[in-house]
Amino acid sequence: MEKELNRRRRFLNYLLGTGAGATLVAIFYPVLKFLIPPEVTEAIQNSVVAGKVNEIGANTGKIFKFGNKPGLIVRTTSGNLKAFSATCTHLDCIVQYRPESADIWCACHNGRYDLSGQNVGGPPPRPLDEYQVNVRGDDIIVTKG
Amino acid sequence: MCQQQKLYLAPVIVLFLFSLAFAQKKDSCSECHSQFEGPLGDPVQMMKTDIHKAKGLSCMDCHGGDASLDDATMAMDPRKGFIARPKPANVPAFCGKCHSNADFIKKFNPAQRIDQESEFLTSVHGKLLKSGDQKVATCISCHGNHGVRAVADPRSPVYATNVAETCSKCHAKAEYMEGYKIPHDQYEKYKNSVHAKALYERQDRSAPTCNSCHGNHGAAPPGVSSIANVCGQCHVRQSTLFQAGPHKSVFDAMGIGECIQCHNNHEILAPHDDMIGGGEKSTCTSCHVEGDAGFTTATRIRARLEDLVLANSRALDILNRAERAGMQVSKAKFDLGESRDSLTNARVLIHSFSYGEVEKVIKPGLDIALNSYQAGENAMNELGFRRKGLAVSLFFILFLAGLVYLKIRQIESKPK
Amino acid sequence: MNPDISHPTGKADSLKQWLDDRLGIGEIFHLVQKKEVPVHRHEIWYYFGGMTLFLFMVQVFTGILLLLYYRPSAENAFESVQFIMTEVQFGWLIRSIHSWSANLMIATLFIHLFSVFFLKAYRSPRELTWVSGVLLLFIALGFGFSGYLLPWNQLAFFATKVGTDIAGVVPFVGEFMLRFLRGGEDVTGATLTRFFGFHVAVLPALTTALIGFHLLLVQKQGMSVPPSLEGKPVKTMKFFPNFLLRDLIGWILAIGVLAALSAIFPWELGEKADPFAPAPAGIRPEWYFLFMFQTLKLIPAKIWIFDGEVIGVLVFAVGGLFLFLVPFIDRPGKSGKSKTSSALTIAGILVVLFIVGMTIYGYLD
Repeated sequence: MEKELNRRRRFLNYLLGTGAGATLVAIFYPVLKFLIPPEVTEAIQNSVVAGKVNEIGANTGKIFKFGNKPGLIVRTTSGNLKAFSATCTHLDCIVQYRPESADIWCACHNGRYDLSGQNVGGPPPRPLDEYQVNVRGDDIIVTKG
Repeated sequence: MCQQQKLYLAPVIVLFLFSLAFAQKKDSCSECHSQFEGPLGDPVQMMKTDIHKAKGLSCMDCHGGDASLDDATMAMDPRKGFIARPKPANVPAFCGKCHSNADFIKKFNPAQRIDQESEFLTSVHGKLLKSGDQKVATCISCHGNHGVRAVADPRSPVYATNVAETCSKCHAKAEYMEGYKIPHDQYEKYKNSVHAKALYERQDRSAPTCNSCHGNHGAAPPGVSSIANVCGQCHVRQSTLFQAGPHKSVFDAMGIGECIQCHNNHEILAPHDDMIGGGEKSTCTSCHVEGDAGFTTATRIRARLEDLVLANSRALDILNRAERAGMQVSKAKFDLGESRDSLTNARVLIHSFSYGEVEKVIKPGLDIALNSYQAGENAMNELGFRRKGLAVSLFFILFLAGLVYLKIRQIESKPK
Repeated sequence: MNPDISHPTGKADSLKQWLDDRLGIGEIFHLVQKKEVPVHRHEIWYYFGGMTLFLFMVQVFTGILLLLYYRPSAENAFESVQFIMTEVQFGWLIRSIHSWSANLMIATLFIHLFSVFFLKAYRSPRELTWVSGVLLLFIALGFGFSGYLLPWNQLAFFATKVGTDIAGVVPFVGEFMLRFLRGGEDVTGATLTRFFGFHVAVLPALTTALIGFHLLLVQKQGMSVPPSLEGKPVKTMKFFPNFLLRDLIGWILAIGVLAALSAIFPWELGEKADPFAPAPAGIRPEWYFLFMFQTLKLIPAKIWIFDGEVIGVLVFAVGGLFLFLVPFIDRPGKSGKSKTSSALTIAGILVVLFIVGMTIYGYLD
């Protein structure tokens, strides 16, 4: 009888140990995961790698992701890099670079901007926001002013 | 020695300067008129804010006469070129004296145009004035007479945000417009328009007001067949599509105003998808009837637009829900922007009145919207996965609680 | 009874002995073993103090974790919380647990307060336990108020505006308090930084000290027995392990409840605060402030010649002060039952009804 009780007690203690262990794992697994820094380390993206230097030739443009919003990077015919918000100031369409007329163009309503972002034709009421461009090694880094 | 000579000269110089200043300051017009109250005195007060005065011009420069004389009759002698109050018919020439004179205007503003007078003569106002109508607008009706401000001055009656009100002073008055066979509700209607909203509410001063479509000095209603050109000043793509499309020639032949047939002229409201198709609010059905080719195209385009709108809002809805629940869906939201783009684009392409053209942008837009929706659904499934994780941990937690309970019973049963 | 402690053998036991010689663990253990808890039909209320303490520990733990990623500035706060919710692994869980646990803690704290009140456990010699407890309640409310603003979302921004406005109507010191709380004339980034400081430094330090004091007194004076059982023989159970194990079941279940709430109803983030946006509809403080908020809304603008809002705020302030004085008002008479004591119980019931009623009304309104 005493033996039976002892056996039961040992079994219960064993289960208790396992249960406590499992629960602790259930608690500390998320905690440890939480401690690992995520891939994107900054909460606010003030700058972003918009692309590689050699991927944008003269007189071309490229759309890149800047946080949740699209951005447009342009290399002018003279080789300068410029970056703008790619959201048209008229009705929020995404603008694009037009090599044949060397301007920035919104296909939705034919809004036109020059290469300093000024609205020069069509319905856009305001210029595009311009970003700063820096080249670090091979990367083109665009920064919000 | 030298000092003495200078002292001797001093009074002479002072006297000379004094007489010079006096001669320039002499302005018998203002001196005399400022003593009046009412219509004879007001111009002196009003001139204080006048741009002409600011540029150094005086009463004489417009009205003639001789301000250096104190005697009123002599100063305002018509033989000295004095004009008290030009008749309406003479106002354009009165202002044009300087404003049509390139050599003169150049001295003040080299970029200033000098064609206002000649342009005015081509306007409906100008033509009626020539035919002897004294009621029509001349320069001063819009710009004011004394107290004229620069057009760029926000207080000027012809500043972008004041133009419509200035025109309405005559054009909105029923009794004044009687006999001209034109309506007088343009201002009322314009105020409801999407353009007025952009101008007054969003303070977008590039938004059109009366003169953007009618011209200012050459004000006239655009001819029926040139409306698309006028609207196309800003709405370039719609205008180009329209002019290349099937409606242009038909509308012109029927004498129907191009854009305004569907969009109205003064009360141009924000367009909506109900305007196309076979529904009650459709503008197509004013000419097309069920069964004809146009009607079919319109309903097909409408159906596709609706598909895209629905796909878009469904995707946005699920992405928003996922985001609020704390899921990362920024990439999908970014992509969805492109689908919204296609919708805006498709709405422009309607003006080609070709199902094929519209479909070309709707199809890719729909694909993007569907993909975004899928991404949202995946995110929501991920939430479901969290619940599975929860279920597993809850199992252990409850198991442990039960074990502790058993342990308590075991401990407390021992004394027995 | 416990062979491990009475016969130290082996390496582990010699270490225990070494520590015991220096820290006096055995003494503490002895004290804990001596502690007994009365067993009777009101026994359930004894658990709510411990539950509150446990939830506070959860707050400290998750709060420290959140500190790793949170940034206290108007430009970054919202984004950093969003970052925690979306980018950091299990960030959503930690933040939701922090929010849920805060609310549950306030709830158990209220239950603890009212159970002590109605069981009259505050009576001599436990006056200081009560006073430190009431202080802890106010600090907890301060935690809630300051923490609510930290995600810098629209609702919290305006709730803080309204809340600090209320502090501003207090006569004489109101203006100073308003400026002190806001760190300026208006709710701005300066307010956020300030609230952050209160929330993670000032209030935790005060709480730690007060909880220590509170627990020390509880330990020293033992558990109080309700007046209806005073003088009668009461069964007891050992604090360790019997009572503590029961506590443990509660705590384990609390973890389960927190995890479930967080996974099924994750705490929302809302929209980023925009100081220039019009106040959104349905601004409402956290539920534990709602009864005060609702009362102030109902008070007429003018009561005779006084400003209605000022009167309301003063009444609540006096009420708060009165709460401290409860044990000094209710002194047991010679006969055991006194009139003030029953009056207090009735007043307490009315206050509970008022709080519950106003809270429900606030939610329906």
